[in-house]
Amino acid sequence: MSQYSAFGLLRGALNGQKHWQPAWRDPEPKSHYDIIIIGGGGHGLATAYYLAKVHGLKNIAVLEKGWIGGGNTGRNTTIVRSNYRLKPLHDLFEFGLKMWEHLSDELNYNVMFSPRGAMFLGHSDADMTKLAERGDAMRCDGIDADLMTRDEVQKLEPLLDMSRSARFPIEGGLIQRRGGTARHDAVAWGYARGADSLGVDIIQKCEVTGFVRDGDAVVGVETTRGRINAGRVGICVAGHSGHVAGLAGLKLPVESQTLQAMVTEGVKPMINSVIMSQSLHCYISQSDKGGIVFGGDPDNWPSYAQRGNPMVMERAVAQGLALVPALSRLRMVRTWSGVTDMSFDGAPIIGETPVKNLFLNGGWCYGGFKATPASGWTYAHTLATGKPHALNAPFALDRFERGATIDETGSGPMPNSR
Amino acid sequence: MMQFTCPHCGPRDQAEFIYERTVDAVVSLDAAPEEAMKSLFTRNNPRGVDEEIWRHTYGCRAWMVIARNRVTNEISATRAVGPEALP
Repeated sequence: MSQYSAFGLLRGALNGQKHWQPAWRDPEPKSHYDIIIIGGGGHGLATAYYLAKVHGLKNIAVLEKGWIGGGNTGRNTTIVRSNYRLKPLHDLFEFGLKMWEHLSDELNYNVMFSPRGAMFLGHSDADMTKLAERGDAMRCDGIDADLMTRDEVQKLEPLLDMSRSARFPIEGGLIQRRGGTARHDAVAWGYARGADSLGVDIIQKCEVTGFVRDGDAVVGVETTRGRINAGRVGICVAGHSGHVAGLAGLKLPVESQTLQAMVTEGVKPMINSVIMSQSLHCYISQSDKGGIVFGGDPDNWPSYAQRGNPMVMERAVAQGLALVPALSRLRMVRTWSGVTDMSFDGAPIIGETPVKNLFLNGGWCYGGFKATPASGWTYAHTLATGKPHALNAPFALDRFERGATIDETGSGPMPNSR
Repeated sequence: MMQFTCPHCGPRDQAEFIYERTVDAVVSLDAAPEEAMKSLFTRNNPRGVDEEIWRHTYGCRAWMVIARNRVTNEISATRAVGPEALP
């Protein structure tokens, strides 16, 4: 694989840019792999990359039923942050954020990580108390967090409606300045290119239709392109976790729901940071192309449809317009939705399953994109060694029966009763 | 938006209904701890038809079971639950 560089680009300029090669191969599946990862999204590709890079494994395949990065990796709002409240989430997401800061160099691929600041708005005294508590928890674990006054919020985002008559008055905020956004597709493509160059077979249009069992162990997968044997198999399919695990007879603590997002036409820079309101559940940022990206609540009922309900879009946009009235003149150009696997405590599941040689990485709810590097790193460790990494040990599948849930929002067993 | 046919009120917009959980997630009062745990914390979550409990919250407020395909949103059956559904 040739390194991408400014020099290469200049040299290409002299010969009509004819030097470009495909960034990854399109191999036929082999009959056996040491490790098979089901799902070619950011998480699966990152896992394959770190398995090859860190653990020195060579015989690895990523099986993707469609095209890589075509699921939730390409359907999120690209926000990267680690501003959680609980220690296991701090440890995992902050580890990931530190990886984001060097990811473009690591992959020799520009993932366009832009630490422009991730800001929660506070709309009341009670909100500000909660934000202060969250900020304190973050700082106790060494993560940057600054409580902001009303004036500081206004200075950072002059277009917010700061009037006292605003529908959602703004009292202040909490900012993680190292948070921001990244280019979602580039993350999948960068990891794919890196993994491929280390010998990983990325096999697209290859859907897993069943598991091959030998007693209580999984020894391979049945696919639309034939049977493939495997030493270990890792499920990494986001919203379809329940379906794929079901093929192995597992019933997961997960319910799949639709999460929608949308983007306006491109305009000059007007939103400087990532504006989030957890009281409203509204997310606003501006992409590098200039489009204003909106995200909101999940649809709150089970669906695999990859298309959402206009009612939920309308709510997200109404909240966004109330916060930033200047957005009202923009035309919406695209909306999309992903299938999210909502876990019953809102935290991901990374680790072993009751089936031997079968592992699970899922339950990311609506927060998986930011964790891509950390998810890949810890899952690679788990698949290579058969044991969880210290960072993902708390996120074991059996934590629900042990009563050891990681309940950031206190939502209990019903993800839709926040 | 989907349209549900409430057994009591007839066809109504989905906006009037709130999703609760699936039928297999109802915990029976005499369930053993392992069974109760499974009902509380695990779901079949099929990529196909499942029986869901919805409530006509902004209408008659009654519960009902709706068999819905989660890929196509096609509704194959709706039935009332609770004392009013008894013969």
